[in-house]
Amino acid sequence: MTTNALSAFRASAERHHATVHEVTPADVGPTLDALVEPPAVGVAPGFDLPSSVETDPSPADLDAARTGVTVASLGIADYGTLVLEQDAAASEAASLFPERHVALLRTEDVVPSIGDALGTLGPRLRDGGSAILATGPSATADMGELVLGAHGPEAVDVVLVGEEYGDEAGSDSNVADAADPTTVDAGGTDAEADR
Amino acid sequence: MSEARREKAEKLHHLLETEGDTVAENTRLFNRGRYEATADLADYEALKDEARAIKEDAIERLPELIEELRDSVEANGGNLYVADDAADANRYVREVVTDRGDSVVKSKSMTTEELELNEALEEAGVDVTETDLGEWVLQVADEAPSHLIGPALHKSSEGIADLFNEQFDLEEPLETPRELTKFARDQLLVDIEEADVGITGANFVTADSGTVALVTSEGNARKSALVPDTHVAITGIEKVIPAVEDLEPFLELIGKSATGQDVPSYYSLLTPPLTSPPVDFERPNEAVTDDPEGREFHLVLVDNGRSAMREDPDLKETLYCIRCGACANSCGNFQSVGGHAFGGETYTGGIATGWETGVEGLESAAEFNDLCTGCTRCVPACPVKIDIPWINTAVRDRVNHMDGEGEFDFLVEGLTPDDEPAGLDRAKRLFGNFETLAKWGSATAPLSNWIAGSAPARWAMERWIGVSSERDLPEFQRETLVDWFETRGSRVDAADAEREAVLYPDVYTNHVAVERGKAAVRALEALGVRVVVPRSAAVGSGRAPLSQGMVETARGQAERFRDALSSELDRGRDVVVVEPSDLAAIRREYEKLLPADDYERLSESSFEVMEYVFGMLENGADGNELRAGDQEPVDYHAHCQQRTLGLAAHTVAVLERLGYEVTTSDTECCGMAGSFGYKSEYYELSMDVGEPLREQFGDDGRRVLASGTSCVDQLEALLSRPATHPVELIAPDTSPR
Repeated sequence: MTTNALSAFRASAERHHATVHEVTPADVGPTLDALVEPPAVGVAPGFDLPSSVETDPSPADLDAARTGVTVASLGIADYGTLVLEQDAAASEAASLFPERHVALLRTEDVVPSIGDALGTLGPRLRDGGSAILATGPSATADMGELVLGAHGPEAVDVVLVGEEYGDEAGSDSNVADAADPTTVDAGGTDAEADR
Repeated sequence: MSEARREKAEKLHHLLETEGDTVAENTRLFNRGRYEATADLADYEALKDEARAIKEDAIERLPELIEELRDSVEANGGNLYVADDAADANRYVREVVTDRGDSVVKSKSMTTEELELNEALEEAGVDVTETDLGEWVLQVADEAPSHLIGPALHKSSEGIADLFNEQFDLEEPLETPRELTKFARDQLLVDIEEADVGITGANFVTADSGTVALVTSEGNARKSALVPDTHVAITGIEKVIPAVEDLEPFLELIGKSATGQDVPSYYSLLTPPLTSPPVDFERPNEAVTDDPEGREFHLVLVDNGRSAMREDPDLKETLYCIRCGACANSCGNFQSVGGHAFGGETYTGGIATGWETGVEGLESAAEFNDLCTGCTRCVPACPVKIDIPWINTAVRDRVNHMDGEGEFDFLVEGLTPDDEPAGLDRAKRLFGNFETLAKWGSATAPLSNWIAGSAPARWAMERWIGVSSERDLPEFQRETLVDWFETRGSRVDAADAEREAVLYPDVYTNHVAVERGKAAVRALEALGVRVVVPRSAAVGSGRAPLSQGMVETARGQAERFRDALSSELDRGRDVVVVEPSDLAAIRREYEKLLPADDYERLSESSFEVMEYVFGMLENGADGNELRAGDQEPVDYHAHCQQRTLGLAAHTVAVLERLGYEVTTSDTECCGMAGSFGYKSEYYELSMDVGEPLREQFGDDGRRVLASGTSCVDQLEALLSRPATHPVELIAPDTSPR
């Protein structure tokens, strides 16, 4: 994916109250170590998860988890949207129950638009698949003003993984940056507990 | 005021006092958000066209798509049931639910409100919990939704805090929206974990895959579909679209149109039965992935009048509705009183007229139909370009014919053409036949004004016709614009003329607001236009009867207008219109009232007066004779229908070009809306709708301009200072004779 689309993705995601961490594949492990606050659950084929992450969770684990780690199959640059496809593992639950959702996204999976994402999803849905197009944390305005964190997560961290971040000066690829998950809203008590 | 009028006025007054402020704040926030979010879309109009085309095609091919959908759902291992009506749908769902258990969690669905599904399930002993936080607030409060997408939009956070603190045994009282949200989430999580069945609606269903698309920001639909092993999705048959890829324009538009969010947090594209394992809290310590049971899915498509709507040319477009609520948010009256006034059994605001007529019946729609003033501000807001004002007009026409009491009423009988029912409301007759009244008014002025303004007459008008005694009445001029012009003649020779134009002497300009008509003639002549104001053209456009739902009378007037103006068009003349609502009739409603050729010819040859001035200046006419502004600051409120036609900018451009500093209003409609604000029962509401104009323009002391006659009247009432049509400001101040 072009650098333009990646920077557009980052800007859009942050506009929608997500935090984006741009890292090289080698830095995924330390980044997750810093972001994952136990108890944690997660499903991340192709990635090594911190040992604190329960990869085959029970309902009680889901209820107790503070962090859920999953892999997004696509990212949509226009809106900073994550495409979360459902599977027989518990990834849908892991991305939904905990207060913090940490989503891994490969840079090559970032597409420009909703239309592009639907082009990829069409055949998969016709084959019985299901997907959530998730943009930022869950939110509600039903209680009189915008509150982040309704039935779903209150904070979303996107770990954008690509070799290209190895070359760039000033990218967010080092562990120290990643260990500073920016609070996404005024309340932010859960995020503060990270430190 | 009659008893019925008094009751209506009292209900509106009560809502203005109790819910009005919160509804106004929230709907105007959504509405502003829509403008901002859609302004960022480069291809907004194209997306709306695409969305509309997909819906047109889908409704056209609906029976075939439902069969394709059935195959898809069944191939996935689910069940599809098409329910004829509410009772049928409720019976099916009740059987599914009671077979699986006795507790249900639901995500928000207006269709299930339409069915009164909760009541049907509760009668069968099932516990039903709404998981959308707004719906849950209403469930706790035992109230009905007041908005399509913000069901509890009429409630403030203080009101919700009071409700929760009263209803629940809390250690510490709740206060902030954040505390209220967390409390609700925790309460509802318990219900979700224990539920036997999850019920959702569906914003879209794709026939090719059997995918149910849900639009939420809270994540409650995700949980309701994921956690219980049985999922029932219920929606109207009109929600079926052909393919997954067809979702694109809707996913681009729905959030922006609804709340001004550029996307909501979650689009759930679920193809049930889901591959995700259920989260079975009865076995809290066993891995979720070990679930042995598997999932069950039922898709219930509800007809409940929709097939008949599909065959009804006036109501068919309603089926394109994606229920975003933009029509309600952009509606001046809705902003003031909300859905508890502006709704029937289930649906509220804007497009609700179509839904209530089709689903519940005409009587339900009749209750609130008058609240649509035909301002048309919902038209550009609608993501599928539904002509909602036309649906309201057509339904009003049916309502007029619904309760023909056949009573004879000498006071206004002469104003009623033969093809309108004798039982038609007296106020509707008066305003719908204003042309007849205006002719009499000018012919007998000033006597007519004196009689009409006298205390006994005002009392009688209020008592018998329902004209508010708090309004100033239009003052008829003895010398009409046509009279004046006949004496005066044209001041530009045909040989010297840049163009020739008919200034259309609409009923108001001809009989009441004569000065603006004279100003329009002078302004056009200053630009080298040879102007004529023929007596033969002094006919109604059909706008007045249209506003009262008198469609056949309007058609007759449109035909008369066409006949009167055709010979002028044949002579190469343009038609210049001062009153924006008349131009809107020509450019919009004539498409429904006249043969296509006549409509095209008239709509292409007719121009709003300031639009025409703009065109002349753009094409090199010398504007030196027009009155320059010399940096004078002015306040301008564009007419609602003029804005919908895209013509507000022309007035602003002309004024700025002439050196005026223009502040424009951001209020959708002044609230007067032709005759609406004159009616006794709506006077208070009308003034409330105009309140933002008072807030914006109130004490700034600037000159006030407005394009519509009724806007001028309303602004003068709101601001207590004179208002004029912009053309009166720019016209050269030469002697009229």
